Amino acid sequence: MIGQQDVQKVAHLARLTLTPAEEAQFTTQLGAILEYVEQLNELDVTTVEPTTRAIDVSNITRPDQQHPHPNRAQILAGAPDPEGDFFRVPKIMDS
Amino acid sequence: MTTAAPAKTTYEAVIGLETHCQLSTETKIFCPCSTQFGTEPNHNVCPVCMGMPGVLPVLNQKVLEYAVKAGMALNCDIARFSKFDRKQYFYPDLPKNYQISQYDLPIAQNGWLEIELVDELGSATRKTIGITRLHMEEDAGKLVHGGSDRLSGSTFSLADYNRAGVPLCEIVSEPDIRSGQEAAEYAQELRRILRYMGVCDGNMQEGSLRCDVNISVRPVGQEAFGTKVEIKNMNSFNAIQRAIDYEIQRQVEVLESGGTLSQETRLWEEGAQRTISMRSKEGSSDYRYFPEPDLTPIEVPLAQLETWRSQLPELPAQKRHRYETDLELSAYDARILTDDLAVAQYFEATLWAGAPAKQAVNWIMSDITGYLNTEKRSISEIALTPAALAELIALIESSTISSKIAKDLLPKLLSQGGSPKALVEQKGLTQISDSATLTALIDQILAAHPQELEQYRAGKTKLQGFFVGQIMKKTNGRADPKLANQILSKKLKG
Ligand SMILES: [Zn+2]
Repeated sequence: MIGQQDVQKVAHLARLTLTPAEEAQFTTQLGAILEYVEQLNELDVTTVEPTTRAIDVSNITRPDQQHPHPNRAQILAGAPDPEGDFFRVPKIMDS
Repeated sequence: MTTAAPAKTTYEAVIGLETHCQLSTETKIFCPCSTQFGTEPNHNVCPVCMGMPGVLPVLNQKVLEYAVKAGMALNCDIARFSKFDRKQYFYPDLPKNYQISQYDLPIAQNGWLEIELVDELGSATRKTIGITRLHMEEDAGKLVHGGSDRLSGSTFSLADYNRAGVPLCEIVSEPDIRSGQEAAEYAQELRRILRYMGVCDGNMQEGSLRCDVNISVRPVGQEAFGTKVEIKNMNSFNAIQRAIDYEIQRQVEVLESGGTLSQETRLWEEGAQRTISMRSKEGSSDYRYFPEPDLTPIEVPLAQLETWRSQLPELPAQKRHRYETDLELSAYDARILTDDLAVAQYFEATLWAGAPAKQAVNWIMSDITGYLNTEKRSISEIALTPAALAELIALIESSTISSKIAKDLLPKLLSQGGSPKALVEQKGLTQISDSATLTALIDQILAAHPQELEQYRAGKTKLQGFFVGQIMKKTNGRADPKLANQILSKKLKG
């Protein structure tokens, strides 16, 4: 069963700021979802391989050939704070 | 009565290395952007490596080939089924907020490599270091911190994503290493192997090869590991060795003085020659790995594995063993010659051209290496071909020229190339080894110096050197020294 502390931890890992009311709400909602999924535990899966893919395809690769992106300026322009050729990002560490 | 000193605890270090190697491909691991080093910031980027929504990464075939081959060269088991996973963390060098890596099913596992430690006397000790795993992953971008030269104190950072998505293989060793020297040797051997295979250029300054060290100490005989410390930021093999030696001493001192060690990451400071504690990344242990849904798993067909295995070159350790057993070279010589594949290939080509191993080793390791060091060149850039070196050695072996003359000719041959035989003929440097010619010449010399001859015969035998000098002067050093001496001795005695 999921507790409010788990929700706080997950919110922190996802860099989300939740109000106490939201924490309580998400604890109930996430708990219900997990409980629903837990029904799967009724099945015996000891002989089933773990699923690592949605479709049964392996070994998709591409040749090592360059195709430079035609519009890198547009990528840079899409950033909230470009500076020259760089992406400027806010302060990383509180000192 | 004597007081017994309390038994002093001796400690041993337990060390493992995590090495990130950039694979030498044209393009990034999951997109067709260039991997070129030193291009202007954010030049080699596209929607895939910038983590735009809706894009689809596709694995570079060459990355898979190189990783599998590296795994084979490190004697690993290649996975029959392997996959990629997302490793989630927030840091601005990572545009997607996750890194595509491999978690529980890496491409290769359970390998080993052999290191060789040669002491001052030239005798070699061999040791096997286990390889836990090798996996493929993407590199992150590069940050330049603004407002300060360090991360703490900077008010903003500038991100360059040219490196983001550059293919890496991470190679994790078993904790089999016990000293700074062994660690440096392990890293060097790993670099040698990867360079022999052409899968990584091993350039530490450009960051193509980066080593992190895990290290703890424990009293000798104790089974359990001590507290593990990670050291980062070493950019030479020498720095790896010194950082480890420093850290072993630091940890032992902490324990001896009754303190406790904390599990932390420390940075090697090259200037101060010490490690310093780095502020720990909060929550960094919770990466919430899950299978990367955008990439298909990898099941390399057996036929493909066999093809790749058949393409593996002779590796450094195999070459060392062969040079020592088949060519009877010393461990020291074998090690120097095989350090750089280009030198080993040059040496082998000289042997193919007919030169005896010992002579080829001497020329390559003394005169040619000396020239390369002064000229700051690599062996592939010199004009003297292996065949020409073999020709030069043959001229000495057949007594056509003396080794003194060969050494005089070398600078010209190294810089301009050409046939040593032709050069010797053109300059008229052929050794005079005809006894009639030498006898006539010596008679002339003795006749021209009656006084010295008289003094010699009166007991001043040191004058033999004077006469040898005269012979060499007259012949421009071309007289066969052994034969000339024989005739001279006979003549002097009268
Ligand atoms: Zn790209």
